[in-house]
Amino acid sequence: MSRFEFSLHLFSSVCFLLLLSIQTTNAKSSEDIRCKCICPPYKDVLGQIYNQNVSLKDCNCLHVVEPMPVEGKDVEAYCLRCECKYEERSSGTIKVTIIIYLSILGLLLLYMVYLTLLEPVLKRRLFGHSQLIQSDDDVGDQQPFANAHDVLSRSRSRSNMLNKVEHAQQRWKRQVQEQRKSVFDRHVVLS
Amino acid sequence: MDNAGYCNESFNSLQSGTSDEDMVEIAGATLDFSSTDDVPPLDRDYTSGYAAHGGGGDVLNGSTKLMDLLDEPVPGVGTYEDFNTIDWVREKSKDRDRHREITSKSKESTWALLHSVSDAFSGWLLMLLIGLMSGALAGGIDISAHWMTDLKEGVCLNGFWFNHEHCCWTSNETTFQERDKCPQWKSWAELIIGQTEGAFAYIVNYLMYVCWALLFSFLAVSLVRAFAPYACGSGIPEIKTILSGFIIRGYLGKWTLMIKTITLVLAVSSGLSLGKEGPLVHVACCCGNILCHLFTKYRKNEAKRREVLSAAAAVGVSVAFGAPIGGVLFSLEEVSYYFPLKTLWRSFFAALVAAFTLRSINPFGNSRLVLFYVEFHSPWHLLELVPFILLGIFGGIWGALFIRANIAWCRCRKTTRLGHYPVLEVLVVTAVTAILAFPNDYTRTSTSELISELFNDCGLLDSSKLCDYVNVNASKSSNELPDRPAGHNVYTAMWQLSLALVFKMLITVVTFGMKVPSGLFIPSMAVGAIAGRLLGVGMEQLAYHHHDWPIFKGWCSPGADCITPGLYAMVGAAACLGGVTRMTVSLVVIMFELTGGLEYIVPLMAAAMTSKWVADALGREGIYEAHIRLNGYPFLEAKEEFSHKTLAMDVMRPRRSDPPLSVLTQDSLTVEDVEALITETSYSGFPVVVSHESQRLVGFVLRRDLIISIVALSPVYRLPAENARMRQDGIVSTSPIFFTEYTPPPPPSSPATLKLRGIMDLSPFTVTDHTPMEIVVDIFRKLGLRQCLVTHNGRLLGIITKKDILKHMAQMANRDPDSILFN
Repeated sequence: MSRFEFSLHLFSSVCFLLLLSIQTTNAKSSEDIRCKCICPPYKDVLGQIYNQNVSLKDCNCLHVVEPMPVEGKDVEAYCLRCECKYEERSSGTIKVTIIIYLSILGLLLLYMVYLTLLEPVLKRRLFGHSQLIQSDDDVGDQQPFANAHDVLSRSRSRSNMLNKVEHAQQRWKRQVQEQRKSVFDRHVVLS
Repeated sequence: MDNAGYCNESFNSLQSGTSDEDMVEIAGATLDFSSTDDVPPLDRDYTSGYAAHGGGGDVLNGSTKLMDLLDEPVPGVGTYEDFNTIDWVREKSKDRDRHREITSKSKESTWALLHSVSDAFSGWLLMLLIGLMSGALAGGIDISAHWMTDLKEGVCLNGFWFNHEHCCWTSNETTFQERDKCPQWKSWAELIIGQTEGAFAYIVNYLMYVCWALLFSFLAVSLVRAFAPYACGSGIPEIKTILSGFIIRGYLGKWTLMIKTITLVLAVSSGLSLGKEGPLVHVACCCGNILCHLFTKYRKNEAKRREVLSAAAAVGVSVAFGAPIGGVLFSLEEVSYYFPLKTLWRSFFAALVAAFTLRSINPFGNSRLVLFYVEFHSPWHLLELVPFILLGIFGGIWGALFIRANIAWCRCRKTTRLGHYPVLEVLVVTAVTAILAFPNDYTRTSTSELISELFNDCGLLDSSKLCDYVNVNASKSSNELPDRPAGHNVYTAMWQLSLALVFKMLITVVTFGMKVPSGLFIPSMAVGAIAGRLLGVGMEQLAYHHHDWPIFKGWCSPGADCITPGLYAMVGAAACLGGVTRMTVSLVVIMFELTGGLEYIVPLMAAAMTSKWVADALGREGIYEAHIRLNGYPFLEAKEEFSHKTLAMDVMRPRRSDPPLSVLTQDSLTVEDVEALITETSYSGFPVVVSHESQRLVGFVLRRDLIISIVALSPVYRLPAENARMRQDGIVSTSPIFFTEYTPPPPPSSPATLKLRGIMDLSPFTVTDHTPMEIVVDIFRKLGLRQCLVTHNGRLLGIITKKDILKHMAQMANRDPDSILFN
């Protein structure tokens, strides 16, 4: 893979990491903390779960259970059976992650549609039929010496940026085709 | 005749005698690219030949200068072909040379000292980066998978990115009976037709569930097929092979990483019976491979890179289970081939960094790392070892049968027409899974939630059907649950769980190995957990209804909580996972890191050992080794013992009926002879001998290096437009090739010579023809050899390659030797 693509991928993954870390260090909004008290059935009172957005120091039965279902002297016995747990989450992280995931998925689907449906049509319109016949499969022929050019040609420098991108894309497509042949058609790898 | 032959030999030995002695002196430098020709031979012929051409521009053109490979290394020499094995010895010695050079230079200047310090530190920096990247990716995968799994059931109106649990997180309106319902979460039936109950709503929910499942799996398999076909499957068999020295280009690349991450979420969310632990190991190894390109030390050396990949495999398991120690042990036991001690410490560091990153992203809330983290500490009794061992036997039997069935199905997929329709196969399996899974509550939810529910013992206010016990003493004020008879719902749950068990056992056979990312840990643990929980509830009811039996009387008095079905589920899960993968230490450590306590080590170990023994009795290999053998990878198993009495000459090539060994001579070949040899044969390396008569070994040359050197240095194959790398002209088809140290000066009218000593390995490994094969196999395993030369009375007789050894082992075990595809 060319350096350009590699640095692009690295840059995007670093961005993803940074975004995640920024989200986790933001101040917690009041929506993202809660105290959850589970109180089992007691005498005539049915079991109930109570949620409140209180901080850690207020996370006990007296602050959270409202309205208190039992009278004054039973409150202590009732509260002893209740279990209160403090929980927090980061809704910002969840939102950012889902949005990033859906956008990457959408981009990939669009690119797949473009590659399978639109690109042959566009190429045929722009270059005519002659270009379509010339395929890249001839490069991978059996001649051992011709393949060595692939290895040596990596070290040459390309002057044109566009040429570089085009060449990289052609090479990638060839690689994917090779992989597809060995996995899906010949069942040589990963059966 | 004899005398003449002897004279010839002695003449040859005299001539090469000097070069032999010289070889002894510079024995250390195998691939020394620095020029060793700094002392030009002071031959009179040479100087006179030089002087004869001194007039004119010929000397300036350099047409008689010796073609020397040694001033600059040709790029590409030292790299490997796709689907070939690396040469461990060469890579390790390259790294040692590099390290020696840096250390010796570090005394010269401050800059060089800094360079050497940063070189030593680069390994740790790389581990830190791998841990961070894998932890972040695993967190993203977890959050997305949770959301998409719940998307099959409904949508949150508060913000579409919340899944069911987080949608109802802040709601104050949850009561105990309906803790899962809250007004912001709408199921599809509610959104489409406005009803929540009734047959019509059920049908709409059913239909939407199946449609979403089909959509997700179709997207997954199309993305895999279009962008990265290597992203399918589990990945662990291929990573095992890569770590033993095999090269699969593109398997750990950027596109594979991206597609595997995206499609793993889709595959898990579609309700298929697969897990994400195996693919997470692949994802972590991809991260490791990609980050290796930042550091020269690891980019250029395949052996060092494999050390990093071992650590990355540990990171993968660590983020999957939240078990760093278990991850390191998994990498040591299952995945890695060579595991030096330095890798142990670095893997642990990377696994901890990854676990810490995952915890700070906090995908589940509550700072838990894994969904089924259990926290009970109730004691177990010695008599319970009997049912635990029964669970181990069940796990072993199931593991062996599963491996056989899955391999048969995969072979069927490989050889028959089933393999021509991968997309259709995925869609059909998803449809069957979704249609059969929806009616049963226990299979409708994701498998991780099922395992979590089975592992957790019934708490105070558990609303699940499994915990519907009749509270005999409802007025008791203690917080513990007394020994209890089962209510009606528990029996319903029991037969639903049995149906789920049969369903999961059958559908996982078909699902593992499809062309979507699929893991095996979670489905096996689910099967074991269900079986364990069934047995646990059975034991509990037995103890309650017959508490006057002598075996129960001692410890299970009425009113005491003596049997914990959740523990049985855990032990069952460990037994089934051990039966399928044949993990031992790593399994026990992962399970006890999941539970957070040492109380259950003995039951877990008992079940894991029993399961491994029973499974080994029924079938020798674990699932990953079986898949390696199915694909024909050249993996020399390090755990098997070679117990046959064959000798090296029985295995070596050429056999009696074959043509003789193709060798290169050190000084009598021309470029066109070598090209003819290369095009006629397909061997990946050639031994170099002194001469065809003496067959005395000089060294070994790899085919790829030979091709690249000839192409780089001869203008015959160069395209006309390029000028780069044009070192010397004058090399034509009739140029002689020399592998010797000192070459004689060419006569004036003949073309320049091509010197290829730099690409030759001067220290190939040899064994004699009477060496027992046990020792040869041991040498191959311990040193990581790819080929080994066989000599007889000091003369070269044949060659043994790794593929020959694998074929021989297959033949000895009465298997088909042609199933070894690669070399």
